[in-house]
Amino acid sequence: MAADLNNPGADAIAAKGWFKAHKWLLLRRMSQIGILLLFLLGPLAGVWIIKGNLSSSLLLETVPLTDPLLFLQILAAGFTGLTIDAVIGAAIVLAFYWLVGGRVYCSWVCPVNMVTDAADWLRRKFDIKGGARFHRHTRLWMLALVLILSAVTGSLAYELINPVSLFHRGLFFGMTLGWVVILGIFLFDLLVSKRGWCSHLCPMGAFYGLIGKFSLIRVRADARDQCNDCAECFVVCPEARILPPVLKGEQTGVPAVVLSGDCTNCGRCIDICAKDVFHFGTRFGDSSNPAAAKIGDKPSAVNQ
Amino acid sequence: MSNTRQSRKTPPRSTKSAQSRRRFLTDMARTACGVGLFGVGIAVYSKSASALPASAIRPPGALPEEDFLAACTRCGICVRECPYDILRLGRLSDDVPTGTPYFTARTDPCQMCEDIPCIPHCPTGALDHKLTDINNARMGLAVVVDQENCIAFRGLRCEVCFNICPIRGKDGAISLEYRHNARSGMHAMFIPVVHSDACTGCGLCEKACILEEAAIKVFPTHLAKGELGHHYRLGWEQKNQAGKSLVTPDVEHHYNMPEGVHYDYQNAEITVDPEKAPATDKALDTLNKGIREAE
Repeated sequence: MAADLNNPGADAIAAKGWFKAHKWLLLRRMSQIGILLLFLLGPLAGVWIIKGNLSSSLLLETVPLTDPLLFLQILAAGFTGLTIDAVIGAAIVLAFYWLVGGRVYCSWVCPVNMVTDAADWLRRKFDIKGGARFHRHTRLWMLALVLILSAVTGSLAYELINPVSLFHRGLFFGMTLGWVVILGIFLFDLLVSKRGWCSHLCPMGAFYGLIGKFSLIRVRADARDQCNDCAECFVVCPEARILPPVLKGEQTGVPAVVLSGDCTNCGRCIDICAKDVFHFGTRFGDSSNPAAAKIGDKPSAVNQ
Repeated sequence: MSNTRQSRKTPPRSTKSAQSRRRFLTDMARTACGVGLFGVGIAVYSKSASALPASAIRPPGALPEEDFLAACTRCGICVRECPYDILRLGRLSDDVPTGTPYFTARTDPCQMCEDIPCIPHCPTGALDHKLTDINNARMGLAVVVDQENCIAFRGLRCEVCFNICPIRGKDGAISLEYRHNARSGMHAMFIPVVHSDACTGCGLCEKACILEEAAIKVFPTHLAKGELGHHYRLGWEQKNQAGKSLVTPDVEHHYNMPEGVHYDYQNAEITVDPEKAPATDKALDTLNKGIREAE
């Protein structure tokens, strides 16, 4: 039980085997890299499944996709001549993330996540502690700032330096100094602030977090009575403070589902837990009412 | 003693809430200041980073720069759609606003595709979907910037820009103006003249210019073109519109000429009516005529 919190996962590997203990992590990396490859397939191999980048793209020459935050920025900048394609594209993306979890964008799609995950992993390996701390609403301020900047400058000012779009666009259209920004974020997360960028500053994360407040698919902790307080989920979770209230909710009446929009649905807690406390499910239902918890969801063994 | 220890461990409720309020306010102020400072930084940077260099030309149908920077999502679909692969997205180290599309006329001019494939999939209309005839595109304006080095001005035959220009004919974008060659005294110079009402700014002329450094260059329209003061009215146009002169007609000017002599100023010639004119060749007689009459 005395888990080495700098090397979490040993218990889970012993209990479930390496692959099951890294299932969601592997799937997530496949998703992130797969999406990059999908975008690269066009320029490199001439196979145009998707064109553009995460800001806006065209799927199979027909389906428009537009980043809804960018859409809001354009409106805030005072541009009203938007085409119907942009509206449909933003609606599709919005609906998708409402369904699968707002910050699924962060953990399953955004390429910066791989950089900051690496920084966090190294931070654990080298036992780098402390550093700058941010108020947990800082990213909401950043989100407000991005929209205000658009309104004040009348242009998409944040897009000049937005590391997320900079990185993603750079990979397909040329990067040059973009690498410096990405390196900066890596070093910032490694040396200055734990999970500083993705979990505290990024306004895109904040925006998708707002969608996540209402999204359908959530991490559930229906088997929270199995929790042995090893705290490994707490160590690997990018938004660590959202887990304890759910795990300890039996006394306080908090439902056994992570309802915080900040949860990225990365599934790392599911992987790392040797006791299988967590699983993906919907936001509806409560462990106190096992029937309700089964909606759209595999019934977990513990509930029966 | 025990009382003081107690109070230190669990301070009275009012102190505790005062502390947390203070902490809340400090946190708030710190975050607001940090984020605000960051914002000011970006706003200032955006001011300089949003200036498009003169050599960067937007794709056809691009809205006026101010609207364009508000509407363009920086997705690069236009870059992908261009069959000649002339478009680039501004990178962080470029002078062009990050992620926005442009082309460089000298190296990769617009080839003026009839179906303008870069436009239809632009997701926001930053490239105006209403532009369907490439001849109506106004990406920029070609200007013969160097009239000292353009070899046409030295009396040599070149006309490469005139011949490459895709907007040809009577109302073409470039015409040749014949001018006397004062150096040789016997030849004509074929001077290229760009017409802004026809030039699309494609940049084919700049690319084709035979000089080391092009003498004809495409600039964003606002840099290339002057504009008459809005209060200006051209008299002859107003006169044509109104069908008559809009000011009191000038009083006919009378030249003070000797009797029988008429000066026609438009044909610049003097006509003499021999019957009325003084019948003498001596100028003094004419001058003295009045005195004699008085006598």
